[in-house]
Amino acid sequence: MNQPIRTLLATLALVALAACSGTGPTPSPTSVSPTASPTAGPPTELVLLTHDSLAVSEDVLAQFESAHNATVKIVRAGDAGSMVNQAILTADNPLADVLFGVDNTFLSRALDADIFEPYHAAGVEAVPAALRLDARERVTPIDYGDVCVNYDKSAYGAGNPPPQTLADLTQPAYRSQLVVEDPGTSSPGLAFMLASVARFGETGDYTWLDYWRDLRVNDVAIVSGWEQAYYSSFSGGSGTGDRPLVVSYATSPVAEVYYASPQPAESPTGVVTDGCFRQIEFAAVLAGAKHPELARAFVDFLLSPDLQADIPLQDFVFPAVPTTTLPPVFSEFAAQAAQPLTLPPGTIAAKRDQWLIEWGSAGTALRIP
Amino acid sequence: MGLGRDGFAHPMNPLRGSPLTLALAVLPLAFLGLFFVFPVATILWRGLAPGGVLDLTAPLAVLARPETLAVAWFTLWQAVLSTLLTLCVGLPGAYILARFDFPGRRVLNALVLVPFVLPTVVVGAAFLALIGPRGLLGLRLDHTIWAILLAHVFYNTAVVVRVVGGLWAQLDPRTEETARVLGASRWNAFRQVTWPLLRPAVLSAASIVFLFTFTSFGVILILGGLGYATIEVAVYRAAAVLLDLPAAATLALLQLCFLAVSLVVYARLQQRAALSQRLVAARVAARSPRGRAEWAFVGITLVLLALVLGLPLAALVERALASPQGYGLDNFTSLFGQSARGALFVPPVEAIRNSLVFAAIATAISLPLGLLAGAVITYRRGALASAFDALLMLPLGTSAVIIGFGFLVSLGELPIDLRTSPLLIPIAHALVALPFVVRACVPLMRSIDRRLREAAAVLGASPGRTWRLVDLPIVGRAALIGASFAFAVSLGEFGATLFIVRPEAPTMPIAIFRLLSQPGTLAFGQAMAMATVLMLVTAIAALAFDRLRTTSVGSA
Repeated sequence: MNQPIRTLLATLALVALAACSGTGPTPSPTSVSPTASPTAGPPTELVLLTHDSLAVSEDVLAQFESAHNATVKIVRAGDAGSMVNQAILTADNPLADVLFGVDNTFLSRALDADIFEPYHAAGVEAVPAALRLDARERVTPIDYGDVCVNYDKSAYGAGNPPPQTLADLTQPAYRSQLVVEDPGTSSPGLAFMLASVARFGETGDYTWLDYWRDLRVNDVAIVSGWEQAYYSSFSGGSGTGDRPLVVSYATSPVAEVYYASPQPAESPTGVVTDGCFRQIEFAAVLAGAKHPELARAFVDFLLSPDLQADIPLQDFVFPAVPTTTLPPVFSEFAAQAAQPLTLPPGTIAAKRDQWLIEWGSAGTALRIP
Repeated sequence: MGLGRDGFAHPMNPLRGSPLTLALAVLPLAFLGLFFVFPVATILWRGLAPGGVLDLTAPLAVLARPETLAVAWFTLWQAVLSTLLTLCVGLPGAYILARFDFPGRRVLNALVLVPFVLPTVVVGAAFLALIGPRGLLGLRLDHTIWAILLAHVFYNTAVVVRVVGGLWAQLDPRTEETARVLGASRWNAFRQVTWPLLRPAVLSAASIVFLFTFTSFGVILILGGLGYATIEVAVYRAAAVLLDLPAAATLALLQLCFLAVSLVVYARLQQRAALSQRLVAARVAARSPRGRAEWAFVGITLVLLALVLGLPLAALVERALASPQGYGLDNFTSLFGQSARGALFVPPVEAIRNSLVFAAIATAISLPLGLLAGAVITYRRGALASAFDALLMLPLGTSAVIIGFGFLVSLGELPIDLRTSPLLIPIAHALVALPFVVRACVPLMRSIDRRLREAAAVLGASPGRTWRLVDLPIVGRAALIGASFAFAVSLGEFGATLFIVRPEAPTMPIAIFRLLSQPGTLAFGQAMAMATVLMLVTAIAALAFDRLRTTSVGSA
């Protein structure tokens, strides 16, 4: 065999061997010194199933690990909807002990599939009742955020105000200005669709489908995901597009300030605080968990003051415990909807697929030229 | 390599008829059986037989929907058109890179592989920066079929250039020159002499491009928008959004049926095409362009490649260099200089290392398996070999979400639970890389001149020695082309890997996704900087593979 090829194959084999023997990809630097462990013996591995965008500070996580002589293995399974579906598919042989990140738009699907064990978490009394959606406590609310229309401040002025309500978006003044995400492929897109259902209803003179027809008449742009909407279509902040209105989060202005260098004194984007849909994220102990006791301790930990205080700047959502101190940049730039729209999770579960199809059939006519 | 004694009875082909050929197929078959057939069959059965009994009411209802037909038709014609367009760009590219020596040739040869590894969300951003809202080209093409086709050509030109170019560079140019001397026109000489020899490689490349674009997903969603859906998109909606397993399974089977038909067509075409020939070192075949016509051809092809491949890449680099303070390296220094910003932030050095390790493992798995499979397909023609060939191609044409969900419902039953193991990531990469390795190797392996083997046998070489002296040097070159694709497939993390559950071992594409998950000029700039790093790593890897290939030629 030719020398270079032999070298190549030998190198590949070596790297493969090295990887298999543990010097390969680091399984996140979450391992912790077992010296602080209260119980002797090797640490227990707790598997946490979550979605792609959950973030927790390493040092906060390390507190849990040392307090419980555990290592937390974080396993990610796509977006929130995909994660719930995968948890349901593996119900008889669960992937993990604890799940974090199921939200109210997918909650009922998970509850119907009976994949969680009820647990009354320590400290859940401090969480407002409006967030505690399951009477049987199979899920524990950890955080919430509002999906709202954001606007490019530079596009509006005194004689030309930004929209105030959802209904304003169908006015000629805002023609060709709004970009939204496809509710079939995007979580904020789904939330915005649900907001329109909650606001305009399914019956009466003017239904949510009438609203979407009017949005189309007003030349709404529909793209597949948040990245395309915000970065490529939206004109404000870090967006490079030509539309000054976008469906995003009430906390997006915080990120616009926090993730800029140097940080501006004011956010380049604003939030329309009417017609926001509230997403609530829950954690739950998976039925059939290998370490149910540790899983319950982890749910408690998610409501602990340190982790709750970590949430705003990690995940850009509000912590569920209202007494948590918010970081200054967060409290200054985050908007919060005064009267957020919601729908009962049972209604969402029963109707979501039908709404998506109805929206899609309207969507074929919504096709952008 | 010890072969059966009957090797001498078949001097034309040391492996034909030997039970050893079947033995060679065992490992690739076991790999595919465990990581493809078993998972996919499990999830499909779960979809089609929800209560353990086959229930065809839901599948028939799905097939009867008018939109199913519309989606299937769109999937087919866009894939055919994408494949043809990719050949139009790729074949001239393969030609000039194989036949001519010009400044920058080696770098260009490596650069064509770069688009191949870029995540669709990054390519989407690059295309939208050019032809989207406020696009640099001043031309709105987003949400049109043109954006989809252009992106498909952008992604797949590498397949044509490298698979076809790999063979073309080693065809003896004197054959065609002889035809010219005998009075054939340039076109006739190409059509009658070179084309028949090249056809197996062109078909090989075209089949990969077809499968790849037939199952297109991210490009369709991001650049096509609401108006377009492939079967792959429909499967994704059914499985990942609606959790409608019967519909997902039905659509996935429909996709597989289309693929089965196209693979039969491919096998028919390929059987007629196989010809052996004398291969030469690439160095012998390439020379400087001569005369105005040749220079013009090289120039036009380079401009075409620059427009189709270069512009989107340049748009990405432009985004990576842009910051509110003007152009500079700000995004790179902040990306590499930053202390951990949160659990979602991936230190770039860690991401690069993880990507390289996964790519090495995926290559180490798929290369030997691909070579074994290639040997079986080459030496054992006939229906069985064709079926084996088709089976190898299927992972590339199967819905990624079906494979990902299939892993979940099947691999938990094994003695070791692989579902949350980091090893599953390179295994999934290898599954997708295997067809590339096979398709890159088989045309070269088939073209080995039998007379060389006969000569070796007549001169008293044992079959094993014949294989080592005649076949192995050529196989080695083929292996390097295959390895470069396997490596790139893994660096690019596409296909099934997007739908497998993964533990924390973030790679470069994952780091890019995470940076893009929040607004902020810094986050976006760093994501584009990370994408530029991914491009550089790919280009360096491609250069390294090419260097190995050129140094290995001639030592035959």
